[in-house]
Amino acid sequence: MEEFKVPPPSKVNYLNVDYGLKSWLLTRDHKRIAFLYLGSISVFFLIGGVYAMLIRLELLTPHGQLLTSTTYNKVFTQHGIIMVFFFLIPSIPATLGNFLVPIMIGAKDLAFPRINLLSWYIYLLGGIVTVYALLAGGVDTGWTFYVPFSTTFSNSYVIATGLGIFISGFSSILTGLNFIVTIHTMRAPGMTWFRLPLFIWAHYATSLIMILGTPVIAITILLLAFERLAHIGIFDPAAGGDPILFQHLFWFYSHPAVYIMVLPGMGVVSELIANFSRKNVFGYSFVAFSSLAIAVFGFLVWGHHLFVASQSVYAGMIFSFLSFAVAIPSAVKVFNWSATLYKGSISYDTPMLYGLGFIGLFTIGGMTGLFLAALATDVHLSDTYFVIAHFHYIMVGGTLLAYLGGLHYWWPKITGRMYPEGWGRFSALVVFIGFNLTFLPQFMLGYMGMPRRYHYYPEEFQVLHVLSTAGASILGVGLIIPAIYLLWSMRYGPKAAPNPWHLPGLEWRTQSPPPTENFETTPIVTWEAYEFAPIEEMKVIGKFEESKAEV
Amino acid sequence: MAESYAAEPEVVHHPALQHHFENMEQQREAGTLGMWVFLVTEIMFFGGMFLAYTLYRGKYPEAFAVASNHLDIWLGGINTVILICSSFTMALAVYCAQVGKQQLQIIFLILTMIFGGAFLGIKAVEYREKYRDNLIPGRLIPGRPFDPAVNPHGAPHDPHKLTLIGNSSVRQVELFYWIYFAMTGMHALHMIIGLGIMCFLLYFSIRGRYGPEYHNPIEISGLYWHFVDIVWIFLFPLLYLLGRHMGGHG
Repeated sequence: MEEFKVPPPSKVNYLNVDYGLKSWLLTRDHKRIAFLYLGSISVFFLIGGVYAMLIRLELLTPHGQLLTSTTYNKVFTQHGIIMVFFFLIPSIPATLGNFLVPIMIGAKDLAFPRINLLSWYIYLLGGIVTVYALLAGGVDTGWTFYVPFSTTFSNSYVIATGLGIFISGFSSILTGLNFIVTIHTMRAPGMTWFRLPLFIWAHYATSLIMILGTPVIAITILLLAFERLAHIGIFDPAAGGDPILFQHLFWFYSHPAVYIMVLPGMGVVSELIANFSRKNVFGYSFVAFSSLAIAVFGFLVWGHHLFVASQSVYAGMIFSFLSFAVAIPSAVKVFNWSATLYKGSISYDTPMLYGLGFIGLFTIGGMTGLFLAALATDVHLSDTYFVIAHFHYIMVGGTLLAYLGGLHYWWPKITGRMYPEGWGRFSALVVFIGFNLTFLPQFMLGYMGMPRRYHYYPEEFQVLHVLSTAGASILGVGLIIPAIYLLWSMRYGPKAAPNPWHLPGLEWRTQSPPPTENFETTPIVTWEAYEFAPIEEMKVIGKFEESKAEV
Repeated sequence: MAESYAAEPEVVHHPALQHHFENMEQQREAGTLGMWVFLVTEIMFFGGMFLAYTLYRGKYPEAFAVASNHLDIWLGGINTVILICSSFTMALAVYCAQVGKQQLQIIFLILTMIFGGAFLGIKAVEYREKYRDNLIPGRLIPGRPFDPAVNPHGAPHDPHKLTLIGNSSVRQVELFYWIYFAMTGMHALHMIIGLGIMCFLLYFSIRGRYGPEYHNPIEISGLYWHFVDIVWIFLFPLLYLLGRHMGGHG
């Protein structure tokens, strides 16, 4: 295999080019901004995780011994709000996307670097306002904020929390705007649309959803706040308003939002599967277009959250059909990833383990979504633990695993250090086991009738709840270990070569970590997206030693 | 599979070229696309309120007709003309920038701002009328809830009193006014932001920053201003022109 020519590495990269707080807090470098996001997102994940722990501890016993009912309401609400708005939605786009989108297309930065920095500050501001609301007393309406409880009867900090979410929405919009303009206008010479990595396609589709959907939740939160503050009547039947209007407005964004959460993960998985089987993605254009299809169809299915909310049966039938249809592009991806693996040269490194885990767990999550998309079964399963298990399989089994896989995969590029592979594989395994032990019992619980958002339950459900809590503890351990070794590796890990995995992607043709302007000179792209050399030509070179041919 | 790197010739960059762009053309393209994408998000933002308007108008057509009739069509109409004129002067400012007529460009920019300010002034007059007639919905103003005077049947037309027709009720009229204030208020906020942007443009125009080779900021601010104008073009008939066939009674 011909070694790729990478210019001789200089000592200066984006991390050490400048020191000091101001150089970080006023940076315009997309890589530094990605790093800032990485830190803040991890903090919010920790907060959301603490709430998760409280939920699982409370559910160990059937009679709610740890928390009062109102406090329990606050705990699951805040778990949802922090995880959805402050972890899942920004996670992959704001960290991996911000870092990699310019590099993967051969650009020096995103189109609007200052707007990129602004989006981080807006995110922080939204987070601070929300955390303030949580500390001041919290909110107990469920992350879905249904009226009339949120507007009339709840005595909690609905408006403050809503304000925090409203503010952070602008961070999402600006990130999406930046990605779209960058991908359209700043691709390097020769980088045509169909030479783009699938990671870029996925982020492009995600950005479309971000810019079209997020403004709707913004206006919904504003209307909610005014209804609560000033009793306008827009959602109040006594005044001629309609509470279901709120649900329609809310879910019109929040359903596409779940695609904002999962599509970037799918982009990461495409990269992981192709690169760690050293094989071109099977059906590249199908996978690329499936991302766009998910984005489009995702806007057409919100009514499946209102099947039992007095929505018309005919509307229900249409939404049900469309919800089945939206599964098809996702299935296309799963099939194509599997076909990519077939006869590939698979290496079971940590990122690949997470990628394989994604395929399995996302498939389970997606298929259980079909139970919920079917009207008749949804009547039985709606508002039960089945729904909770379904979306956690996708959000945790899917997005979180993809995030961890991507983080490990690109860790040498981002930090210039390698993580300890043994610990990586071990914690991937622990995460996988812990996750399944947590959420598989919840499918059963839901099917047997355990309602969501309840902390009192019949005795016969306790065994499954205890299993679930045990799994959650294991999952927690599995997530803490990478936090420790990744931090450790930033200082003590072995230094990484420009191309430690020996892969053809554009991001591997520059230093690890990259210089501020990403490439010494603008690359001219003459190759297709996943061009691997024939297997028989591959030389086996140690992953961590600096190969002479690369310097 | 060999790759090559482009040789980077020494060129003199335009002072306004941001360093992450290859050239001014790319910067201009990116800026323009960015503004269009942003305007799409604005459409989605206003769209939620248009949805609420559509639903409730379908539900309470009579109350909406009464409430709409009660708005001052002259003030609304004059405002519409003012805003259209401001879009015209903005377009002229962009044209002047393109052909390098810097003085004229500054004049048109100032005219646009004057028109914008006039619009906001008339809006303030309208809002004050509503305040006086207790038409601010809900309990937004503490101590002054929504409580308009209603014209009893058969009484002569009084512009400060509502004349209810059919099945309409005051609470339904309140819904209209809520939507009226939300939409025109959000619109006014966007106009204020637009005026702020124009202050920046004015400052840089006076400093001579814009010319035929670099005027994209004015172009894309023009796009924003035209968008704000279009939103009003939709708002005016939907909010002000319902029920006018009732002959001015309301």
